Order: sequence, then structure tokens, then C-alpha cells
Amino acid sequence: MQIDCDIHPGTPGTAALFAYLPQAWREMSEVRGITDLASINYPDNTPLTARADWRPASGRPATTAALIGAQCLDAFGSDLGILNPLFGIQTLYSDDLAAVYASALNDWTRAEFLERDKRLRASIVVSLENIEMAVAEIERLAADRRFVQVLVLAGSARPLGRRNHWPLYEACVRHQLALAIHAGSELRNPPTALGWPSYYLEDYVANAQAFQVQLTSLFAEGVFNKFPTLRVVMLESGWTWLPPLLWRMSKYWHGLRFEIPWADRSPAEVVRDQVRFSLTPADAPADPARLQRLFEHLGSDELLLFSTDYPHAQFEGAEAYPPGIDGALRDKIGGANVLAAYPRLNEAAP
Amino acid sequence: MTERPADIVDCDIHPAVRSMADLDPWLERRWIEHFRQYGALRNQHYVAGGGYHKSQPNASRRDAYPPEGGPQGSSLPFLRSQHLDQNGITVGILNPLISSQGVRNLQHSAALCRAINHWQAERWVDSEPRLRASIVVPYEDPEASAVEIGRWAGDRRFAQVLLLSRTSFPTGNKRYWPIFAAAAEANLPVGIHAFGNSGWPVSSAGWPSFYLEEMVGHAQTSQSGLVSLVVEGVFERWPALKLVLIESGFTWAPALMARLDRDWAILKSEVPHLRLKPSEYIRRNVWWTSQPLDEPDNKRWLGDIFSWLGWDRLMFSSDYPHWDFDDPARAIMFPAGDDDRARFFAANARFVYGFA
Repeated sequence: MQIDCDIHPGTPGTAALFAYLPQAWREMSEVRGITDLASINYPDNTPLTARADWRPASGRPATTAALIGAQCLDAFGSDLGILNPLFGIQTLYSDDLAAVYASALNDWTRAEFLERDKRLRASIVVSLENIEMAVAEIERLAADRRFVQVLVLAGSARPLGRRNHWPLYEACVRHQLALAIHAGSELRNPPTALGWPSYYLEDYVANAQAFQVQLTSLFAEGVFNKFPTLRVVMLESGWTWLPPLLWRMSKYWHGLRFEIPWADRSPAEVVRDQVRFSLTPADAPADPARLQRLFEHLGSDELLLFSTDYPHAQFEGAEAYPPGIDGALRDKIGGANVLAAYPRLNEAAP
Repeated sequence: MTERPADIVDCDIHPAVRSMADLDPWLERRWIEHFRQYGALRNQHYVAGGGYHKSQPNASRRDAYPPEGGPQGSSLPFLRSQHLDQNGITVGILNPLISSQGVRNLQHSAALCRAINHWQAERWVDSEPRLRASIVVPYEDPEASAVEIGRWAGDRRFAQVLLLSRTSFPTGNKRYWPIFAAAAEANLPVGIHAFGNSGWPVSSAGWPSFYLEEMVGHAQTSQSGLVSLVVEGVFERWPALKLVLIESGFTWAPALMARLDRDWAILKSEVPHLRLKPSEYIRRNVWWTSQPLDEPDNKRWLGDIFSWLGWDRLMFSSDYPHWDFDDPARAIMFPAGDDDRARFFAANARFVYGFA
């Protein structure tokens, strides 16, 4: 059993979504020339955005279920794959525009991918600009059990633990949906706390810092205490930063817990109980002995979930696992760990 | 508790003013009057204190109030007896965190920084031979900063140029290069201490609720600053520059280096000015001070990080008189060789700062 938790279908442009937009919004998009919402989180032509052998002669990669089936599921031997669309609807400022485009993106994903390959599952993409509308979008789609999680971006306008977001988490728990936090930013804030960097390389590296902020926020605000059955999955996050972050959180939890009296479990316990991380990118040390130590620091073999991050160019060839992850650990990362993270994947085929 | 080393260089001690009037001897009349009327306006909200309230007054130990009165860290005799003598500190580096750097009025910022440098040299270092000062610079005005560095270059009372971590642009940005050029010219290390007010939210996901998050967050902010310094090519341009990250955490560094190297390998067409792998610059140009030491369940894991980063890159710091002070007798609570301990407590700092 192998489940790929992070696959990115390519949206060719807004025109691809027009069939799923109400007439008035379609006309407005045409009149105003809203042709594309691809965000600078993944500029089309960087070497990272699409691996050379997955990049078509023209246009975006991974735009059809057939391509994803052949290049990703078949090629890596995955039984199931979870789609995480990254078309930049989260950056729209208007509540209404963001909501209709989120709905259109989700309906497009369902019609163009889920309906065409039974091995595919998907995220409900929401904009956090208006939490009530985000919850309404979850309610609209929750009955379709092929949606297994709700997707938000690591670079949010406010830290994700803050209480204005909690209705979203309540909806996740109500519908057995995981909360997925994916690399990328709404870009309401610059990619670093020091403002806007000069290079895309810095933007991309900065995702790791954003995930560290989000984990700290979710812990400190008590999201895991309020929603003990919520599963949080960090996607394309990296995970080698996790042990040192937990040590630092633990230090200040000890020193400052009067600020957050609800935090009754250590940060490491909370993560073991409720947070998971996708395998790719594995910002792992080249030395296998050091990787073994790192797994000791992680304190659990249940935290990682298999992912290729297709079609992003995180590795060459057909081996998605970094050297040093073998045998039984590989089986857990590919199967049991993923099933434990996603309640809906344990149900009979939808 | 382990035996205390004979030689301990403390790379992070915070002297305080009793009040801003302590700086008056070195300020023009106009700035004294300006401060009285307008204060020192920074990129933050409150007249006194920061946006995130500390865990205790002045973020300092409750036992560190001087007997003669005044805030913690404001009395040289008490700092001498409570810290330097009691903890066996042979050399201590002063890092003043007094409103000056990051003050929005750049001329006011420069005047305050200059006064603080005089105050350190004449009120502290001249009276206590174990202490060294840091050149506080108005870093949002890089040209004025270079002038301030030039003013003290060659004065052995000063150990380094001091910046705060939250610069208004990423720290390696070209606008700050006059600071690095002047430090390199003066053969002075650049120390970057956590805190400051960039004008942006303290995280890339907006403002968190708690002081706890601000404190954990310094690790992420410092990572972003270091990434910028490397990727902008500061260490390519000034290959001998020594950078010291102070109170920034360091256990994050091995994972960050792996990530930077991997992402650079994919995206290096964007940064042809980098001739080395990012981690090679970091291993050549960067040192870290130890406080606040993280607290893993198993202390040996901290030892793993020390060995991965290299015992030649880490330097002891106490953060006296702040509340999360690290005691030198309790800093290394995992197996470590005598040579490694000697490097950590003194030899690395003596090399980086050129102390005899």
C-alpha cells in the first residue's frame, strides 16, 4: 500500500474554471481580463516548479488526470494520490471573488480529476479571507468522501492558531477532514519577518520558517486542546527542522506556560498525537548515520507521510525516498501512517 | 553540575541605563530636548516596553536588581559581583539593547548610538578590564553606521559591530552593505542579536498572540536573516567577515543548511554570484552564541547538534541579567571532551574577537 499525499494538478488558467463559475462572475472575469491566478509561490518557469521530464512542450504540467495517472501514480507505484491544487485563489482580496474561485477550483478538480481516475483524492481549497465562507465551502463539499482534507497555505495573514480560524477546524473535525497546511503564502505578509527578499530561492527556503511559526501558533493558542481529534498535515514543509523547534518550544513552554495554561501536553506529545509531515522535500543530511540520529530526535516513526510533490522538481528519477529510509519504515510512511492521518481513507471506496 | 572552566568568555551581557539621562553627557542639547518631548519613536506601539509584554520587569532576573536601586544590569559594581566574580567570567561582551538602533528618525538614531558607545567605553570598559563593548550602529542608515564604525575602529575596547536581527529589509540586502564593508575594513566581527522592530509582523504569518511565540520566533527570524546574508552574497564579497549570531538559537542550523544547499542546487541559475554551496559560507563565516540553550528530553541530542555544527563554531553566552540566563556551570549537561569545552567556553571567542 502506498499513498502519495502531495500531488499538484496544474490549472491552465482561469478559463479552465469558467465552466464552474456563475455566469456573472465569468463575465466579470472576461470583462476585466482576469486570465490567470498563478501565484509567485511557484513561478511557471523556475527549475523547481516542474521537473524537466514532467514539463510539457508548452503550457503547465500535470493538467490532466491521464498525465498524473501515468507520470505520478503509475511511475511511483502509488495506489492512491491526494491532489493539492495550488492555483492562487488565496491571494484574492475580495471575499466574494475568493469564494467563487475557490468553489470553481474545487469543482474543476472534482470533474477533471476525481471523476476521471478512481485512485485520486483531493483537498477542499479555501480562502481564509472570510472564515464563514470557507466553512460554507467545506459544508458544500463534505458529503463527497473523495475530499479528504482542507487546504490552506503556510503563509497566512494571521497565525493559523488564532481563534478567528477555529470555525474552520470545527468543520474539519465534524467531517473527518484533516487540516492540510501547504507551502506557499497568501502574501498578505512578506515571506520573511524582515520583509521581501531579493531572490525566489529565499522565498522558497522561507516556507520552512513559516511552518515553524504555524506549529508554534497552533500549539500556543490551544488548537490541539480544543480539537483533540483534529489531524494537521504539513505538506511540502520539510521535517528536519522539527526536533530543534520542539526543543525550543519546550524550553519556553516550561518558562512561560502561565501565558498558555491550557497547554497540558508538551509540544513533542502534541505533535506525536496530532501532526504529520509529508516526506518530500526531505531536507535530510547526506550521511545515513546522521539521518538515523535525526529519527531518534524525531522520537517517532509515525510522523512522515509518503509524497512525491509531483510535478515539482525535488529529486531526480523514480526514487522518492531519500537514502537511509528502508524496509519497514518505508512501508509505514507509504501506508499505515497515511491511513492514520486521514480518517476518510479508511472508509470503503467512495 | 560540572566543574567550572578556568576561562569563560561570556559573549552576551546586557548593560542597562538607570534612565536615558545617563546618556546626556554625550548628546547634543537638541537630542536631549527631542527625547523629552517625543521619545525615541520606533516601529512599534508603546512608549515604554515592547508589544509583547515580557515575563517579568525588563525581562530580567528578579534577583538582579542592584542594591543601590535602578533596573537590572544598570550597576557596574553589582554586575561585577553577581555575575563576573560569582560565575568566573574572564571576559564579558556588552550588548546594549537600549532604544537607539531602529529609531525611525535616523539622525536621532545615530546620535543615540554614538552616545551609547561613549557610555559603554567610558562608564563600563574603562572601569572594568574584563568587559568589552559593542559598536552600536543606526543600521537603518548604513552610511551613518559606517561612520560610527570608523569612529571606533582600532579601539580595543570594542569587540564587534552590533546589529539587531529584525532589520527592515532582509539583513543581507544591498542597502546594508556599507555596514559590512566598514566592519571588514576595521577587521571587526558583526554580531547580530535577536530583537528589534522591523516594521513588519514578527512572523511571516502575521502577529502571534503570545510572548512565548515571539521568543520561539526569534529562531525563524534569525534563519531568514542568515539566509539573506548568504544568498545576497555578503560572504562572497567579504570572505573574511566574521558573523556572530547572538541569542538566535543554533540548533536549527544543520537543518537550515541542508535545506539551503538542496534548494540552491535546484535554483542556482538565479544566484550565479554564489561560487560556493550555501553551507560552505556558513561553515566558514558564521559563529553562534549558546544562550538560550534548547531543552530536548535527552540532553545528548544537544550534543549531536554541537558536533554537527562543530565545537569550533559555538561560543558560551549567559544573557545576564535576563530571565532566561544560562549558568556556565550548567550549560553543557551532556558528555563533552575537555578540549571541546575549552573551545566552547573561551578559545572560540578569543579567536573570533581577537582577544589575547
